Amino acid sequence: MRKFLLMLLATLVSGSAIAAGGYANLMDAEVDVSDEASLQRGAQLFANNCMGCHSAKFVRWNALPEELGVSMELIEENLIWDSGYQAGDVMTAAMRSEDASAWFGAAAPDLSLTARSRGADWVYTYLNSFYVDPDASIGWNNTLLQNASMPHVLWQLQGVPQPVYEGSGDALKVAEIVVPEGQQGAMTEAEYQQATKDITNFMAFMAEPVRAKRQELGVWVIGFLLVFTILAYFMKREYWRDVH
Amino acid sequence: MSDATTKAQGGMLGWIDARFPLTKMWNEHVGEYYAPKNFNFWYYFGSLALIVLVNQLLTGIWLTMNYNPSAEGAFASVEYIMRDVEWGWLIRYMHSTGASAFFVVVYLHMFRAMLYGSYQKPRELIWIFGMIIYLLLMAEAFMGYLLPWGQMSYWGAQVIISLFGAIPFVGEDLALWIRGDYNISGVTLNRFFALHVVALPLALVGLVVFHILALHEVGSNNPDGVDIKKVKGKDGKPKDGIPFHPYYTVKDTFGLGVFLIFFAAVVFFAPEMGGLFLEKPNFEPANPLQTPEHIAPVWYFTAFYSVLRAVPDKFGGVLAMGAAIFLLFLLPWIDRGKVRSIRYRGLGHKINLALFAFAFVVLSYLGLRAPSEVYFGLTVTLWAQIFTVVYFGFFAFLFVYTAFGFEKTKPVPERVTE
Repeated sequence: MRKFLLMLLATLVSGSAIAAGGYANLMDAEVDVSDEASLQRGAQLFANNCMGCHSAKFVRWNALPEELGVSMELIEENLIWDSGYQAGDVMTAAMRSEDASAWFGAAAPDLSLTARSRGADWVYTYLNSFYVDPDASIGWNNTLLQNASMPHVLWQLQGVPQPVYEGSGDALKVAEIVVPEGQQGAMTEAEYQQATKDITNFMAFMAEPVRAKRQELGVWVIGFLLVFTILAYFMKREYWRDVH
Repeated sequence: MSDATTKAQGGMLGWIDARFPLTKMWNEHVGEYYAPKNFNFWYYFGSLALIVLVNQLLTGIWLTMNYNPSAEGAFASVEYIMRDVEWGWLIRYMHSTGASAFFVVVYLHMFRAMLYGSYQKPRELIWIFGMIIYLLLMAEAFMGYLLPWGQMSYWGAQVIISLFGAIPFVGEDLALWIRGDYNISGVTLNRFFALHVVALPLALVGLVVFHILALHEVGSNNPDGVDIKKVKGKDGKPKDGIPFHPYYTVKDTFGLGVFLIFFAAVVFFAPEMGGLFLEKPNFEPANPLQTPEHIAPVWYFTAFYSVLRAVPDKFGGVLAMGAAIFLLFLLPWIDRGKVRSIRYRGLGHKINLALFAFAFVVLSYLGLRAPSEVYFGLTVTLWAQIFTVVYFGFFAFLFVYTAFGFEKTKPVPERVTE
């Protein structure tokens, strides 16, 4: 029986690894939604850089304080630009979606659940895959999502990433992205990666605000169940004494 | 307690027993239901299936309290449950994990029946009721999957319902009738909601009652496949039987504990199960104008999905998929063998059953993959064709070696062996 349970577990684990596949070569976002400092930095970067165009319409502002470990006043002062804010409001974008369609050819998608629908690693990789492309209508392109209609809004932080091409004709592709000397942004490469990790972490939190709490609770639940199961085992053995 | 049915008792219980067969029913189905004493690991899954059913019913009722069955509001209401409803996330994860857990325990429960010949005479009806439960469960899961109104909900339903369109002459009209619209729409969502929360659960509960009544009429099979009623003691009770309560109630309590540890591990630490239980595209709202790159049903349907894709012709595929399920209904009559348990059956049967189980697992895996992917030099489609043949081969071989007496069985003992 023990062998069978192990086998079952192995199948489940390998099965989930299989199903997780899809995109090759994604960078590891190392999501940790219990890291409050990272969530705070991520929230700030998100509010300042993403929410001009993107909404997170399933996320209420007042869901943030508890998980980010800050007061609601701090959030109202630093993150909420909407002067008409009322308690219980959700994270809406500054740009109207009709304008987005006119300016970028597509409405900016809502980002509430992107870290779940695309995966956190995808988001992190995406933010690190922009490059200058004069042929693209908005002047930027992305190796992960070809011809994305989103410009590289974080260029002031990262600098201006240039593509290094490989192959020719139809087989031409971007082999590498580098920020050349003299075109750096406000951040070093390591700082930029940390910043995008923080944004990703915050988006993972937005996609499932309860994530840290459920893991914390899970330890207690499973601890209880272990004790319960051990007691149930001894009870069973006691009752069955006269059978064998 | 044994004479409680004949002798009137005082007190509250006596008052009830004079008006309702409470003690009688308890004794018949629990207190004095004699089950073989040699149940092993495989016998936990019946009671576990019942508990998962109760979990689904209870969490389902609470989800219904906040869910909005409309194309405009469904997706947002699920997120509302996940974020704003007190403990809504736990109820939702228990329900979504419960759906997969249901199929895990039911598949193991069915395989147990195949291992020990529990479908053979005189338990054919138990098997048939069980198969109908399985069929309804598939319908229940399929309709439930549309309700979150995510991309995979929408496109999965679109693909599966369009299969009905492959049936000659009436197909297109049939698909239209099921959808209630030319595409999956709010109309479809509403009817699926009605069926998912009212009609199918009612039918399921009723059939579970029939399943258990039929079982208690003929008595439980066991890992040795012997009839414990043949050897009775002076008291008229089977010598190898023990009352279900307290022996199996305490044993199943332990089994429940082990099960709940696995269940809680998924609910609290991996509710998406890496995309197997909650598929990634389903976190995007349904969009009729944008087809996802890769549409795959949830893992519990993928074996049959593989069979469907293995046949190049669409209607042929639908027929093959239907046959893959329908043949299971006929199992009690395809297997002409007289020996029940795998322990005393021929080597050929052991190999045949092992191959069948292996084929089911491989087909399930293949159904999750894109048809063009290559494994060991062969495409997924080709592998699926090979294992579809193995799947159907099980039934063909089983009939041949049991009907024409090729199987070399071992003698079955008089009593259970442990």
